[in-house]
Amino acid sequence: MMNERIENGEVFEFYGSETKTVESNIEMEVAENFTPEYTDIFVAQTDTLSTSTTAVANKGRVSQKTKNRVVNIVIHIVLAVLCFVWILPFIGIVLESFRCESTGLAGYLIPKQWGFDNYARLFTFQNGLFLKWYGNTFLMGIVTAVVQTIFQLSVAYVLSRFRFNGRKFLMNLILVFGMFPGFLTLILLYTWMHDWNLTDANAPYGLMIIYVASSGMGYYIAKGFFDTISKSIDEAARVDGATRLQIFFKLILPLSKPIVIYTILMGFMGPWGDFVMATFMANNASAGYNVAAGLQWLITDSMKNDYYTTFCAGGVVVAVPITVLFLLLQKYYVAGVTGGAVKG
Amino acid sequence: MKEFLTDLTIGGESISMRLLMKFTYRGDKYAAFTPVQSANSSEEEEIALARVLKNDGGKCYEVITNDDGDEIFAEFERRYEKKISGNKPLTTLEYQRLNWFQRILYKFKQFFVGIPKWFAKKFVKLGLKIKDFGISVWENIKDIGTTFKKGSWKTRVSYLVMGFGNLTHGQWLRGLLFFLFEAAFILYMVFWGGAWLGKFGSLGTVATIEEYDPILDVYTTVHVDNSFKILLYGLITIFFIIAFIYTWRLNVKQCRILDEITASGKKIKTSKEDVQSLADDEFHKTLLSLPVFGIVMFTILPIIFMILVGFTSYDYEADGYNNLFTWVGLENFNQMFTFGSQLSLAFGEILAWTLIWAVFATFSNYFLGMFVAMLINKKGIKIKKFWRTVLVMTIAIPQFISLLYVSNLFADNGIVNATLMNWGWIDKPISFWGDGTLAKVMVLVINIWVGIPYLMLITTGILMNIPQDLYESAQIDGANAFQQFCKITMPYMLFVTGPYLLTNFVSNINNFNVIYLLTQGGPPHFAWGDVGGYIAGDTTILITWLFGITTGSEANYKMASVIGTMIFIVVSVLSLIIFTIMPSTRREEDFS
Repeated sequence: MMNERIENGEVFEFYGSETKTVESNIEMEVAENFTPEYTDIFVAQTDTLSTSTTAVANKGRVSQKTKNRVVNIVIHIVLAVLCFVWILPFIGIVLESFRCESTGLAGYLIPKQWGFDNYARLFTFQNGLFLKWYGNTFLMGIVTAVVQTIFQLSVAYVLSRFRFNGRKFLMNLILVFGMFPGFLTLILLYTWMHDWNLTDANAPYGLMIIYVASSGMGYYIAKGFFDTISKSIDEAARVDGATRLQIFFKLILPLSKPIVIYTILMGFMGPWGDFVMATFMANNASAGYNVAAGLQWLITDSMKNDYYTTFCAGGVVVAVPITVLFLLLQKYYVAGVTGGAVKG
Repeated sequence: MKEFLTDLTIGGESISMRLLMKFTYRGDKYAAFTPVQSANSSEEEEIALARVLKNDGGKCYEVITNDDGDEIFAEFERRYEKKISGNKPLTTLEYQRLNWFQRILYKFKQFFVGIPKWFAKKFVKLGLKIKDFGISVWENIKDIGTTFKKGSWKTRVSYLVMGFGNLTHGQWLRGLLFFLFEAAFILYMVFWGGAWLGKFGSLGTVATIEEYDPILDVYTTVHVDNSFKILLYGLITIFFIIAFIYTWRLNVKQCRILDEITASGKKIKTSKEDVQSLADDEFHKTLLSLPVFGIVMFTILPIIFMILVGFTSYDYEADGYNNLFTWVGLENFNQMFTFGSQLSLAFGEILAWTLIWAVFATFSNYFLGMFVAMLINKKGIKIKKFWRTVLVMTIAIPQFISLLYVSNLFADNGIVNATLMNWGWIDKPISFWGDGTLAKVMVLVINIWVGIPYLMLITTGILMNIPQDLYESAQIDGANAFQQFCKITMPYMLFVTGPYLLTNFVSNINNFNVIYLLTQGGPPHFAWGDVGGYIAGDTTILITWLFGITTGSEANYKMASVIGTMIFIVVSVLSLIIFTIMPSTRREEDFS
């Protein structure tokens, strides 16, 4: 445990090994903190037990049980309330998307007149502009998922397995430049993409390039995962004459299914939630929006009165497939996120 | 030979002892250390020494054979030498007696007391680095000279025609690549690079000229220089030149190696083998080439460009096209930090709110998320999976939908106000987004709503990993729930999720979505006036300020660059501080 981080860039490596020893730490901690009282309390407990009758002891146990039950009921109620609070806005969106009597903010949740008007309006809005946004985002999601996965896994694998000149330099470089707000780069990238005609109405193509180009910088989670795969597997395969390429594709990747799926999922979901870059690159050309920028446009002050419920319908259309996909792959998401949290 | 002082615990007693360590350098990179026992060391001390090596050495060996032996040496030295000199650190046992709060305080103190020394060390280290760099440049130049003197005629030709050596030795692929690179470089420099570089110092002199068109008999405006392009392509040219120098040096080095191999009569690697090794020993080059190229072109180059913009007068007026901009030195930074100016006032207050926001957002989410996770984890709670799924589902829904909707729920004519008025609790709508303080509170509360599911998800797994027998024995010892939380759960969680807390804190400093989608940075704070062409508001944090400045009709790029640089400085300084005092990252040996 005396091992500290050596340099900022190295820090992520160390959690992998450190977490394994946590158990013993805590045990020692607790042992130290509680041993002094241990004997006293033990004596006290035996004292009460010997002096009290069994009936009293039974009664105590029963009241403990009822107390537990009450606590549990309270917790159930609290959880129910919490879940209600969390889910309420989404119920709200769904309900308001079916409202037909008005299109602006209403001040009540349950529609007086139900119908699919808003969905019809959504899909016919400016000759199917919403479908265009949806297609833009879907395309970006697919491309980003594929390329980003390749890039991130490549960088993660190299930094996990290879030792070469400049490895630490590269890691420090990524760490330092990762501390700048990514938005800063957009000012230049917009001009750049504009020269190639990849902004405004063509923004999705420019965005795609921007999303994937630097995606290697997010290698941390995958690297943490690769670090946990024993290097002796590599060595054994090397002895058997496998090339590094074969090891990567035939050994490591099949073993890393959760992290591969996590990376794909993250890559696909990224463009659906991106608002800043999409708005900036589209530069008010509504044909180049993604769903986030487009739907936000629908409820800007000048549009809100006519399109608020349409926005709700759009929200439902966007959220439902994403949510279903997410819930299906939830297992992998949890693996990635918790792994990332533990290993940095 | 180096001597270190260390604390060891033998049989419950803390003993300070001297360790003699010998560092052996193997080759130029690898180092190993072996203990040197002093002649009069007792048996007890020897056992302790063995234990130090077992605890510490195992890992040190591992790292030492990794990369830089020197780093480890310095690290080892730092760790133990600190104990010998200055600010009397606590012994392990004394440290153990502190509670967690005192420990953090202690670490704070240690950190701030250690700052001057840290700076001194870094300064010395920087000096050494510069010295090393100088030496390596000199060595390189010397090596280039001797290679030329001793090399064959093929090598000497390669000094001018890159890749000639490789080509004549049969490595046609490498040779061809070298040659093409040189050709491309020369063509680029002659036709474009030289011109860009020549204007780089002034960023252009003539924006437009009126040109007479004899056919139409009108004067047309012709754009000549473009500061933006000059700055950009000048920078790219500099990158290119550095890459060229590096490649040229590589070319010379390869020629020398080829000469040596020929002299020793060994076989030279063929081009076919070169290609094959790209899938094997050199596989990392294949894998890294595209991602690193992407990072350099789309992150590093733009960021360096934007930092440079901070030293120019680039904004919507001096856009570099119609009106040129030029270098202004530190003027923008001066403007930002002139005491008492509106801009510096706004900057101070926005920075303060950014930090408050980041601290609150991080820790409220952390503790409440953990709390919810513990509620769900508790024994006897039914349908755990359902509760979790409901919360996790909210993560899946893109934030812009939920946040925009919630922002409208609390609008002046939104559902919340309408319902409250219906119930007769209020007479006129509460302006949730119109009042500065209220808006800040709302943003924080809604951020809790956003953040709890994530934290619930992350902490659930870790909480379940805590060995249950710890709690059971604690219960037997009479610890109540709160004590158990403080003594078992908290240390464990902080230890395991420490790095996550840091990344979370940093991402909260740059948490654009929650702030912007809820309030757009408003309500406007008119006292600051127009800061950088943008009316900043009460909930504006640095990153939304940056967004506002850049996207407004009066875009002020130079100030955006200054703010971006400031965000970087804040983030890096805070990361450094947190990394230093975080229980799980530093002095962790004291925990065990």
